[in-house]
Amino acid sequence: GFEPGEGARAIPLSGHVGFDSMPDQLVNKSVNHGFCFNILCVGETGLGKSTLMDTLFNTKFEGEPTQHNQPGVQLKSNTYELQESNVRLKLTVVNTVGFGDQINKEDSYKSIVEFIDTQFEAYLQEELKIKRTLHSYHDTRIHACLYFIAPTGHSLKSLDLVTMKKLDSKVNIIPIVAKSDAISKSELAKFKIKITSELVSNGVQIYQFPTDDETVAEINSTMNGHLPFAVVGSTEEVKIGNKMVRARQYPWGTVQVENENHCDFVKLREMLIRVNMEDLREQTHTRHYELYRRCKLEEMGFKDTDPDSKPFSLQETYEAKRNEFMGELQKKEEEMRQMFVQRVKEKEAELKEAEKELHEKFDRLKKLHQDEKKKLEDKKKSLDDELNSFKQKKTAAELLQAQTQQAGSSSTLKKDKERKK
Amino acid sequence: DIWSLYRNIPTPVARNEKASSELGYVGIDAILEQMRRKAMKQGFEFNIMVVGQSGLGKSTLMNTLFKSKVSRRSVKTTEEERIPKTIEIKSISHDIEEKGVRMKLTVIDTPGFGDQINNENCWQPIMKFINAQYEQYLQEEINIDRKKKIPDSRVHCCIYFIPPTGHCLRPIDIEFMRHLSKVVNIVPVIAKADTLTLEERDFFKQKVREDLRANEIDIYPQKEFDEDAEDRMINEKIREMIPFAVVGSDQEYQVNGKRLLGRKTRWGTVEVENTTHCEFAYLRDLLIRTHMQNIKDITSSIHYEMYRVRRLNENNMHPNGQPTIHANGVPEHEVLSNEM
Repeated sequence: GFEPGEGARAIPLSGHVGFDSMPDQLVNKSVNHGFCFNILCVGETGLGKSTLMDTLFNTKFEGEPTQHNQPGVQLKSNTYELQESNVRLKLTVVNTVGFGDQINKEDSYKSIVEFIDTQFEAYLQEELKIKRTLHSYHDTRIHACLYFIAPTGHSLKSLDLVTMKKLDSKVNIIPIVAKSDAISKSELAKFKIKITSELVSNGVQIYQFPTDDETVAEINSTMNGHLPFAVVGSTEEVKIGNKMVRARQYPWGTVQVENENHCDFVKLREMLIRVNMEDLREQTHTRHYELYRRCKLEEMGFKDTDPDSKPFSLQETYEAKRNEFMGELQKKEEEMRQMFVQRVKEKEAELKEAEKELHEKFDRLKKLHQDEKKKLEDKKKSLDDELNSFKQKKTAAELLQAQTQQAGSSSTLKKDKERKK
Repeated sequence: DIWSLYRNIPTPVARNEKASSELGYVGIDAILEQMRRKAMKQGFEFNIMVVGQSGLGKSTLMNTLFKSKVSRRSVKTTEEERIPKTIEIKSISHDIEEKGVRMKLTVIDTPGFGDQINNENCWQPIMKFINAQYEQYLQEEINIDRKKKIPDSRVHCCIYFIPPTGHCLRPIDIEFMRHLSKVVNIVPVIAKADTLTLEERDFFKQKVREDLRANEIDIYPQKEFDEDAEDRMINEKIREMIPFAVVGSDQEYQVNGKRLLGRKTRWGTVEVENTTHCEFAYLRDLLIRTHMQNIKDITSSIHYEMYRVRRLNENNMHPNGQPTIHANGVPEHEVLSNEM
C-alpha cells in the first residue's frame, strides 16, 4: 500500500538549484508552438470594424469588401498568421455582417451566440474524444469581443443592451465607442458615463482588466476607468511634423490615431494586446468555457453524484447515451422495416386474392361462354336437323307432287285419251 | 499618458521600450512577458520518484539535486530505519522558491524495492501507484464542476538507481524498466559511481545501453518524441550519455580554496559538481535546468493520454458497463492489463 503525501512545507535552499529557469522553459515551449488569439467584432454596418482591426494589427486584412446583401446576421471569420520577433500568432478575426440592418432585430443576437457556442462545442468534442490531441488543437474559441457602439452621443441602443446581456456570460466583452472623432470631447465624457451607468443598471458584465497581479494592477485599474474606449481607426498616413502618422485628415484638422489626446486607440491596443492578451485567453478557458461545459453536460443528464455512484467515465456514459440513442434509432428503423415488410406482405396477399378472383371470374366466364356455345351448337344442330328434315320433307313432297303431276298428266293424258275415245 | 503609469510600479515590466516607439510595432511579442508573469504567479509542480534497492544513496542524491533536505529520510527524526517487508510508497512535498519562482516539489520514495529475497513482480506496486495518480487526475478532469487548476500528483520522472556492479543490467533492472518505461519517464542512473574507474564506467554504460536496446526499453528522452531536428540533436547527445554516473553528497569540503559539495575519502575528495569526476551536473541540468518542462509535457500529453485511452476503451468493453473499483481508485482489471 502507500501513504498519501504529507503537507508541503517551505524549506530553504542551500545553493542555486536552477528551477528558476522554468518560466523560460515554459515560454520557449509556447514560442515553438505558436499562439492563438481570436477576436469577435460586433457592431452595426459602417462602424469601422475592419479598419480598426487593420489599425490594431498594422496590416491590411481583408481583400474583398464584405457583401451586405444577405438576410439576417452573418458571421465571417478569417485567420491570419502574424509574426513579431520570434512570436508567431494565429489571429482569427470574426466580423458580424449585417448586424443592426434588419427591420426586426429581435433575433440579431442569436447567430452570434450560436457562433460562440459552436466554438465551445468543438473544443468540448475534442476534449471528450478518446484519442485526443489537445496540445495541437487549433483553438477557435473567442477570446475577446469588441462591441462597437455607434457614436450617437446619447445612450446605448436597446439592441446593444440586449446583445451584450446575452453575450456577457459567454465571452469577454470590451465595449468601444466607434468612430469617436464624430463626438466632441465634452460630449464624449458624458456619453461614456451614460454608457457605463446603463451597463451597470442592466447588469451587463463587461471584461475587467485584472488587478490581482501587482505588476499590472495599477495600469489595469486605471484603464478600467476609461472604458468604453473611444477609438478612431485609420490605415492612411499623414505627415505631422517630420513623421508619418496614421490619421484621419479633415479640412479643420487631423485626428491622429496614436495620439492619446485625440482618442483611446493606444489604450485599447495596450490593454487588448500588450498587457492582457494572456488573461483574456485564460478567462475564456477557465470561466466561459467551463460554464458552457458544465451547462452542456448537465443538460445531457450528467451529474457529479456521490463518489460511489459517479458515472465512471464521461466518455463512457456519453458513448453509452449515444449508443442508447443509436439503439433506439436502430430499433425504430427495424420497426419501420418490419412494418414495411408486413405492409408488402399484406399487399401481396391482397393482390393474390384479387388475382385469384380474377382467375375464378375468368373461369366462370369461360364456362359460361362454353355453355352458351354448346347451347348454341345444340340449337344449331336441332335447327340443322329441322332443316334437314324439312328438306327431306320438301324433297319428298316435291317428288310426290311430281309423281302426282305425272300421274295426273298421265292420268290426264289417259283421261284425255279416254275422252278422246 | 500611459507610460507614466508604468513608472509607479515596484518591479519594472520587462519591455522593449525601443521597439514600442518604433512605427508599426503591434506588441504581439508582449505575450511572452504576460506568460512569464502568469507562471511566476501560479508556481510550478514537480513530482519525482526514486527507485532502487536500499543503500544506493537515493535520499542523498535528491538532497544534492535540490540543495535541501527534500527526501523522506531527512525529514523523519527518531524512527528507526528498517527495511520494509513489502514495497512501500511514501511521498513528501516541499515548497521551494528560487528568484521568485515557486515550486511544489514532491519526492516519492519506494523503500523495500529490490530488498526482498523474492523480488518477483516488484514493479507492480509502483506501477499501481503511478496509474493511481493518472486515475486521480482523470477523475478530476471528468467532473462536471471541476477545479480551475487540477492538482497534479502524476509522477513526472522516475529515477532508477543501478548498482555500480560494472557488468550489465540485472534481471530486476530489466524487468522494472521494461514495464515502467511504458507508463512513466525513466531516467536510469549509476549510483555511487565513485566506486568505478572511468574505464569501468564507460564499459558499464555501454553494456547498459546495449541491454536497454536489446530489451526495447525506451528511457527518457524517448526517440519517438523528438519534435524536430534541433530537438533530436540535443536529445541524441543526452541518449549517448545515459545512464548518468552520479555521486551524491550534502557535505561541503574545502577544495582549492573553494567550498564544494563532495565526498571525502582517504585518497581524495570526489567533487559532485565537477563533470570530470562524475555526471551529477549533467543529470541536474537535464532534470531541472533544461528539460523539466519537457518531462512534464511528455507525462501529460503522452503517458497520461495513453492511460486515459486505455481506461476509456477498457470501460467500453466491460460487459456490464461499470467495473469494480478498488479503494485506491485502481479498477480491478487494471492488474491484469498491467501484465504486459
